[in-house]
Amino acid sequence: MNVTLIDHGAGNVASVERALARIGVASERASTPESIASAGILLLPGVGHFAALIRALDEKALRQPLLETIGRGVPFLGICLGLQVLFESSDEAPDLAGLGLMPGRVCALPPTVKLPHMGWNTLRALGPSRLLREIPANSYFYFAHSFAAPAAPELTAATCEHGAEFAAIIERGNIFATQFHPEKSGDAGALLLRNFVSLAA
Amino acid sequence: MSLARRIIPCLDTDGARVVKGVNFAGLRDAGDPAELAARYNAEGADELIVLDIAASRDRRPTFLETIRRVAAELAIPLTAGGGIRTLEDARSVVRAGADKITVNTAAVEQPDLISQLSEEFGAQAVVLAIDAKREADNWDVRIRGGRDSAHLDALAWAQQGVILGAGEILLTSVDRDGTQSGFDIALTAAISGSVSVPVIASGGAKLPDHFLQIFSAGAADAALAASIFHDNAQSIRLLKQFLAQRGVPVRFPC
Repeated sequence: MNVTLIDHGAGNVASVERALARIGVASERASTPESIASAGILLLPGVGHFAALIRALDEKALRQPLLETIGRGVPFLGICLGLQVLFESSDEAPDLAGLGLMPGRVCALPPTVKLPHMGWNTLRALGPSRLLREIPANSYFYFAHSFAAPAAPELTAATCEHGAEFAAIIERGNIFATQFHPEKSGDAGALLLRNFVSLAA
Repeated sequence: MSLARRIIPCLDTDGARVVKGVNFAGLRDAGDPAELAARYNAEGADELIVLDIAASRDRRPTFLETIRRVAAELAIPLTAGGGIRTLEDARSVVRAGADKITVNTAAVEQPDLISQLSEEFGAQAVVLAIDAKREADNWDVRIRGGRDSAHLDALAWAQQGVILGAGEILLTSVDRDGTQSGFDIALTAAISGSVSVPVIASGGAKLPDHFLQIFSAGAADAALAASIFHDNAQSIRLLKQFLAQRGVPVRFPC
């Protein structure tokens, strides 16, 4: 089954496309409400500013079809900013409403450490994770962000720490998200993307 | 959990081929960028940087094609730079497959470019490259491939760059570049201690001990080298083993 990549114009869709192609998974870009509504597997890449992604989704009228499609149980993976927009709001753009699929607010990482949190870090698994299946426990993943989501135990499959502990992997029902970039995380990232796609097969 | 110190090979290109030189001069051919990128990706490089050191207008399409070919080989982040003077230049580099953009001379000449890039791509995608040369007790910022003085203090420029929106500093010691006599520890420690963003140290790498020193005494978040990797004088895997044995957190591919 093809992975539908939500192309909102504010994310590095091409690098996710290449990462999927490397593991033999076909993908197609979607930027219309219809193409999202008909998706079998959804992936939302995101880099940059919270406001840019939320505004792009709203300007293209993608918010409602996205929520409805996820609500129908279609497997969804959000990457980086694609994780953060699942929450109710973000300190990065306090006036904008997030998608509200996860409770809570995205906060800035503390200024006691170098920001952005940029580079390769390891995870702490809080419980069984479908995305981390068969991935060695000490694997490194690539992060590039200054804001992060709270590590609520009921949503969070794995956390990471940089100044504070935050949600690195979210898994709830058909909703998955990673704060790191699996498409830039070498073999470990490729395994994670494969795990996600195989959940939907 | 600990953020790994990064090892970053750098591909200086004339647009199409990897070249190398000493102190920004005397270039010679060092291989095909896509072939080298594939090798470094497999060996455990944490990122890759591709620079167009010729950066002439008519070679631009060639460099963009090089970025595309390199990006196709990588499952790690790619930074590209050299001759990026406008937001549109940066867009074309990102469209070709770069995750981050690095700017140097153009940022000195028009500091607002840093803010424009940061607004469009996010601070995490904007790498301010600073070429610094020792002058008495300070470091002078050099531009146009290290040739000219920008009449700026490197420490002050790094801090201003971060305020304008840079998310990372790529710091090259003009004095050490190409000498293989070790990174400039004093310079790197001074800059790293005065900015809130990660610093990539560059210039002078040869021995594993040089990397150990720049991560400890130099407080670098990442270290860049070119010719020692291109020539197979230093394997990335063995370098990381050396560092790991001495307590530096590094990432090994699984």
